[in-house]
Amino acid sequence: MRKKELKLVVTFHTTADAMAMEKVCGEHRVPGRLIPVPRSISAGCGLAWCAPPEAREEVLEIMAEKGIEQEALHECMV
Amino acid sequence: MIYLDNAATTLQKPDAVKKAVMEAFDTLGNAGRGASEPALSASRMIYGAREVLAGFFHAESANCIVFTANSTESLNIALKGLFSEGDHVITTVLEHNSVLRPLYECREQGGELTIIGCDEKGNISYEEMEAAVKENTRAVVCTHASNLTGNMIDLRKAGQIARRRNLLFVVDASQTAGVYPIDVQELGIDVLCFTGHKSLLGPQGTGGMYVRTGVKIRPLLSGGSGVDTYNPFHPSVMPTALEAGTLNGHGIAGLRAAVGYIMETGMDKIREKELSLMRCFYEGVSRIPGVKIYGDFDAEERCPVVALNIGEYDSAEVSDELNVSYGIVTRPGAHCAPLMHQALGTVSQGAVRFSFSHYNTEEEVDSAIKAIKELTE
Repeated sequence: MRKKELKLVVTFHTTADAMAMEKVCGEHRVPGRLIPVPRSISAGCGLAWCAPPEAREEVLEIMAEKGIEQEALHECMV
Repeated sequence: MIYLDNAATTLQKPDAVKKAVMEAFDTLGNAGRGASEPALSASRMIYGAREVLAGFFHAESANCIVFTANSTESLNIALKGLFSEGDHVITTVLEHNSVLRPLYECREQGGELTIIGCDEKGNISYEEMEAAVKENTRAVVCTHASNLTGNMIDLRKAGQIARRRNLLFVVDASQTAGVYPIDVQELGIDVLCFTGHKSLLGPQGTGGMYVRTGVKIRPLLSGGSGVDTYNPFHPSVMPTALEAGTLNGHGIAGLRAAVGYIMETGMDKIREKELSLMRCFYEGVSRIPGVKIYGDFDAEERCPVVALNIGEYDSAEVSDELNVSYGIVTRPGAHCAPLMHQALGTVSQGAVRFSFSHYNTEEEVDSAIKAIKELTE
């Protein structure tokens, strides 16, 4: 298995929110990708947005701007 | 990409299915709404699909086949429409949430529920099932196969219990329709729920149910039926009784072609190929130290599914690594089967599920074994 790195992980209430996140991040070149939710995090939806920790502000900004609701925000080893 | 998530949905469909859906777009009007050529084309096609599925499941009549969007819808129609306050239902820990959640709702509304447990291999006890029958028991509701372990429930045995004790027998065939022959009459099945997009190889948004003649189900939906317009209530004649609104004609055209493909190719041939790929994968990964496999691989019959974990690694992490580094598609986490995960002790870790189609190859299986081996090193 590859070595884990510290990541910013955003979880969502629904898959629809996760898909909206991928769409807006793609459109606005916000870094990250969808991953299956790590077990260390309990989440309503099975997908999470995983981004480099340094993209935190950018990620939060686009979510606020586009009205995407997060379930929780984590910094953890993924 | 190596697609090994066929228990979630089969990605590769027969060419005949794609062709049938495309043709349907050009020809189908709304079934049962008038006698124009497009409307009749849709009615004929859908009736033909009923006949094909009735033959496939050995139903007594085409009118016993109801079309729905998927197994979940079929199960909701059946479970919410069959049971009333005070009814006791027996089910198992192998069930998917599409069985469990409607049954929990029934329990909320005054029903009773007994859930039969399983042994360490994930098999149920039929003695326990029969012992659970009470005076107010109405039905045995069970899956044909666990979507997590691939273990099968012996429908012959469960059906005999239901028949002996005068109970309804409701079966979820989501993981087996199209792979294992199901004779509803021989097995004494009262309601069979199936989905079109898994091993039946049809489009998503198609599914259905067989309802034995005389079994009354309160409709979940009412509305447009194309007949009996001035009746304030939805018609009670099958199959219209359980089909309100426009059917997914385009999808059903694909499903009909898919069943035709399976019959032409041979279900036995398809199953043998899938089980041989599964067996090959199982033999390969079971020798790798640190790999834990769930389910009963000594059983005579099982579904082409292998669920495993590597050491204590999070199943989400393993599945993601297989996807990103090897292009191998699997499903991690919980599999909408909460009681099965509890029974196997995999609530926190989840499991990585590999599920095979007859379109997969031995080379793909070898690549998957190699990837697992590398991930454990």
